[in-house]
Amino acid sequence: MGIDNLKDTGSIKADEMVLNMGPQHPSTHGVLRLKIHTDGEIVSKIEPIIGYLHRCFEKHCENLSYEQIIPFVDRCDYLASMHMDHAYSMTVEKLLDIELPERVEYIRVIISELQRIASHLVAIGTFGLDVGAITPFTWTIRDRERVLDLFEALCGARLLYNYIWPGGVSHDLSPKFIQRTIEFLDYFDKQYDEYNELLTGNPIFVERTADVGVIPADVAVNQGVTGPSLRGSGVAYDLRKTEPYSIYEKFEFDVPVGEGKMGTVGDCWDRYSVRMLEMRESIKIIRQAMSSIPDGDVHSAMPKRIRPKKGSVYSRYESARGDVGFYIISDGKNIPLRVKMRSPAFCNLSALSEISEGWMISDVITILGSLDIVLGEIDR
Amino acid sequence: MDSVVGSLNKTLISLFSEISLDVSLLFLVAVIIPGIVIFLIMTVNAIVAVYMERKVSAFMQDRLGPMEVGIFGFKGGKKFWGGIGQTIADAIKLLVKEDIIPKDANKFLMVLAPFIIFIGAFVTFIGVPFSNGLVISDFNIGILYVIAMSSVGVIGIILAGWASNNKWSLYGAMRAAAQIISYEIPIGLSLLLIVIVVGSLEMSAIVNWQAENRWFIIHSPFALLGFLIYFISGVAETNRVPFDIPEAESELVAGWMTEYSGFRWALFFLSEYTNMLIVCIIASIVFLGGWLSPFQLFDIPGIEIPESFFVLDGFYMGMFWLLLKTVLLIFVMMWIRWTFPRLRVDQLMYLCWKVFIPFALANLVFVCIWELLF
Repeated sequence: MGIDNLKDTGSIKADEMVLNMGPQHPSTHGVLRLKIHTDGEIVSKIEPIIGYLHRCFEKHCENLSYEQIIPFVDRCDYLASMHMDHAYSMTVEKLLDIELPERVEYIRVIISELQRIASHLVAIGTFGLDVGAITPFTWTIRDRERVLDLFEALCGARLLYNYIWPGGVSHDLSPKFIQRTIEFLDYFDKQYDEYNELLTGNPIFVERTADVGVIPADVAVNQGVTGPSLRGSGVAYDLRKTEPYSIYEKFEFDVPVGEGKMGTVGDCWDRYSVRMLEMRESIKIIRQAMSSIPDGDVHSAMPKRIRPKKGSVYSRYESARGDVGFYIISDGKNIPLRVKMRSPAFCNLSALSEISEGWMISDVITILGSLDIVLGEIDR
Repeated sequence: MDSVVGSLNKTLISLFSEISLDVSLLFLVAVIIPGIVIFLIMTVNAIVAVYMERKVSAFMQDRLGPMEVGIFGFKGGKKFWGGIGQTIADAIKLLVKEDIIPKDANKFLMVLAPFIIFIGAFVTFIGVPFSNGLVISDFNIGILYVIAMSSVGVIGIILAGWASNNKWSLYGAMRAAAQIISYEIPIGLSLLLIVIVVGSLEMSAIVNWQAENRWFIIHSPFALLGFLIYFISGVAETNRVPFDIPEAESELVAGWMTEYSGFRWALFFLSEYTNMLIVCIIASIVFLGGWLSPFQLFDIPGIEIPESFFVLDGFYMGMFWLLLKTVLLIFVMMWIRWTFPRLRVDQLMYLCWKVFIPFALANLVFVCIWELLF
């Protein structure tokens, strides 16, 4: 920008500035790089550049046995490791054709919904951070710690659990787990109202998020947006309801969708509020599962060796970020021939450039925050 | 004219009257001493306010805040004042930090910018009284001077943003320029309302008027509205949340300060907290009765107030009352900062030009009518 640089304008448009946001930037949620073409504060074009966290997940999988892949899966979506474990294990079980004990399914549902709460807490907190409110972040992180404490008691790990294995779970529920979880849920109900008071109805927050970054339902479907971001656009599409896996059909819960309460359907506020409401639904599911959890051995269905027959399988799972899919091809060895992962955050990110054109730099941050991406999963 | 420099000069002349010293030299000494005092006030204010900010934010966020660093072996332990030496340690760290100037930056302007901002905050104090008569110079244009000087800093901000040769800094500087200059207007208009009522720009005259009549915050609904407009605009003027758009850490990294570190950055920080102090002191003086005791408010006919309460209105207690009001306002600023999200640039401009300025202008007319009627 120095005067010397301006002399040779060449083909560069003088009124457009390319702003390089990331990979080191406080609000790109990891190592995402955004090339933003700006005209003043207005954004005319965005090019997301990914790959800074690429660790060859799919290639690694071709050299590892089925069990050894689970820790790698953990590291894809590190904010919802349990979901990734669950999604992967479900796929392998489908390949092996394993019937799971009831107790394992119940444990998995409880853990997954706790993980959904933990992940949404981070999403909401960082979204608040993106629009400039710092306090909600510390509050949500504080309450997420409680969930992590539960997980720590369960399997010893706080972030990358390696807990859900094909055919079972690594440990049975720890003693007092159910009691502690119920205590947490009672505590969380009160905190939930506090978040609403602090952020949801805050006039400045509404001003910043309502009507901003609207994803119309058809655009969302065309771009392959899934999860809370899709439901924020008013599409009631939740795999737990539409294609129930595990034992989700046993529980009663609603699928919250964006209604455009504060602005247009599909704006940032709707995506935020869908996440808030989903935590409520998760609490409902956990309470139901807690009250009817059967006894049993969690290791009984676990295969000694995983050596599936030749063939391929695809299964889908509703993670905190959307529709996670694993496609596994087996050639009869103990190592998969190919593992392909459908990353929800990757598809959600693809909508970013389309919806944030014409908005301001501040709004790009807001929209990015409302999509709730995790770079570990996008880059794999 | 009851000012510190004048009385200091007189004292010095009487002290050194036996020694034949040049009178102009004595006057220089009388100017330098308040300068040092102002600098100390700025530093102490920054150290205390930063500690307060960290503790207030910690309280609001369910944390402890700094708990480790003590001074002179006094650590505070697990008490709420733990970590009392934290800001002093931070200041020392900033002063001994490596000084970095980017290769492509404009060196001269980049070095100059922090000093302009600092001087803007520094010279404002010449017109800011701390108690009855405790003012370096009580101009007859006191308020005008303070408003004018407190906006000198924006030049430094633009220089810093341009000289850093960084796109984030440039964005921050452009935003800061637009914001600070815009919010000067509602500040000026809401202070003008007081000037109309009092009929003087002098700080002491404004407080004396309030002593004889009422504090401005309860003078009329319009003056109350004026106070709110002044205070909110003051928050915007000091670049604090929800108006911290020039810094906007989640958007612009650190705004116009992105490329600064160490001592220069410390100067920015110092000036920022000084501006906060100035805004709050002016608000206390103009709207909250300055150094007057709040017990004066309860002067309801029929209720006898013990004589001893009025002793509290003296010179030293005046300092105490003014500081108390100022600290309360600073606390409100911190409270706002740790509660609200940030506005967007256009929303900020909308708030200023389409809400505050029309209201402040209407306010001005109504307060004149009010004065004519009552």
